[in-house]
Amino acid sequence: MKTIERTLPVPPTRPEFERAIADARNVGEIVRPLSIWERVTNITAVRRLSLLVLLAVIWQVYSSWLDNPLLFPTFSEVVRSFWHDLVNGELIARTGVSLKVLLLGYAAGIAIAAVLTTFAVSTRIGTDLLSTLTSMFNPLPAIALLPLALLWFGLGNPSLIFVLIHSVLWPVSLNTHSGFLGVSETLRMAGHNYGLAGIRFVLRILVPAAFPSILTGLKVGWAFAWRTLIAAELVFGVSSGSGGLGWYIFENRNELEIANVFAGLFTVMVIGLVVESVVFRTIEAHTVRKWGMQR
Amino acid sequence: MDAGADRSTSGEAPLLEVEDVTLQYKTKQHLVTATYRVGFRVYRGDRFVLLGPSGCGKSTLLKGVAGFLRPVEGRIRLNGNLVQRPGPDRMMVFQEFDQLLPWKTVTQNVAFPLLASKRCQSKEAEERALSYIARVKLLEFRDVYPHMLSGGMKQRVAIARAMAMEPDILLMDEPFAALDALTRRKMQEELLQLWSDIRFTVLFVTHSIEEAIIVGNRILVLSPHPGQVKAELNSEHGHATAGDREFLALQQRIHRMLFAEAVEDTRVRV
Repeated sequence: MKTIERTLPVPPTRPEFERAIADARNVGEIVRPLSIWERVTNITAVRRLSLLVLLAVIWQVYSSWLDNPLLFPTFSEVVRSFWHDLVNGELIARTGVSLKVLLLGYAAGIAIAAVLTTFAVSTRIGTDLLSTLTSMFNPLPAIALLPLALLWFGLGNPSLIFVLIHSVLWPVSLNTHSGFLGVSETLRMAGHNYGLAGIRFVLRILVPAAFPSILTGLKVGWAFAWRTLIAAELVFGVSSGSGGLGWYIFENRNELEIANVFAGLFTVMVIGLVVESVVFRTIEAHTVRKWGMQR
Repeated sequence: MDAGADRSTSGEAPLLEVEDVTLQYKTKQHLVTATYRVGFRVYRGDRFVLLGPSGCGKSTLLKGVAGFLRPVEGRIRLNGNLVQRPGPDRMMVFQEFDQLLPWKTVTQNVAFPLLASKRCQSKEAEERALSYIARVKLLEFRDVYPHMLSGGMKQRVAIARAMAMEPDILLMDEPFAALDALTRRKMQEELLQLWSDIRFTVLFVTHSIEEAIIVGNRILVLSPHPGQVKAELNSEHGHATAGDREFLALQQRIHRMLFAEAVEDTRVRV
């Protein structure tokens, strides 16, 4: 066998050089404005609106093809009855009733969650309490508590608020607490270094640092609250004379005004869209996005 | 090793006294002794460096001085008072870039500890914040949020924030370790410049021998597992004399101290 001849690679010797840098003006295009199409599609609202329009068109086409107003009214019909009940004030009144109860329950739920998570983050027994309660009650559907609530608080707003608190409290606490746990050790030490402790530490360091999670909790809580409220109204309907949106849906189904049923559902969706894209988005833009915690 | 050796020549009282401090911390499975009977004294105007390989407890020691950790043995005194909890008289600059509060602008970040410790009213706090931001040359970024700054700029804000409090002692935990070499060198120069401008006292932790010699005027060399004092040395070098024969000799000397473990371990220690 012949010995394999291997030469170790030797890089060639190259001359050194220095160069003058070209004037940036001669390089050509360095900064270019975006085209109109690029700028328009960069606006979130435009992209979302076009999605909504697309969905509406699909709805309209499918329901016209189906041609069964009792099962699935067309989009234009739904919009017509939505507009009709909006103008005569019925939908607005019903929405007002629902929103009032909803906001009461939501606010109470958040307040209790704040107390519970502050307790949980400052003591070990509080942590145990929160995680035990959350794992027990979070899977329990709020609606399942409704019969009990009716027994305890009677027919009316108190029992609605009770189930609303139940549906808001657990997701908000869970998210807030996990957000608190995720705050980096460095930030905690920095806070303690300034002499912050107790409630001041929670408010000035933990809450802003955990704000992305808290916001998620608030969003989930908001959605849960709506679901619970509409379902509760569907089950036991009218309270103190004028029913809310759920009752409106229930009534119209009984009268086979299916377009109005859709209009009721439509209202819930519109409110959801508005709250998400106006309220939560504004909060996000002024907090987590501005702080670079979220894209 | 023996505290009597470093008595100040002028008879001035030390600012920070660490006496035979043993620090332990718990992990999930172990109780770790980070330092064993470490003692040293820091005087006003010192640039005191804690130097050692990883595992020598130098960061733990700094946390002890900051008050985040109670010593199991020994005492830490600042101005004669026992250190028991974290407080704004000892401002800490961390290695991590996330030590700035992301929800506050540069100015608000620097002013925040002044307000949180109720040391200043809001107007005075802002003025003081701006003057220290000017010192670290970040005045044009004063209204920017931290996520828009580079790593070096964030550390400069953290230093300005700590100095604006005018603490008795500045605690720096490898503040430049996460920076690139060029920025690190620049930051060291700026720190030394600031020191000669306003003469603060700093306790500086590093694992870089070169950085210790450049930044410090007094170097405490620690051995690992657990951290014990190996030597206390003087350094009069800066960037200007880096690479000198004396500089290299000092560097060699410390290097031998830290890496001649095998020889050291056979020696009996009292």
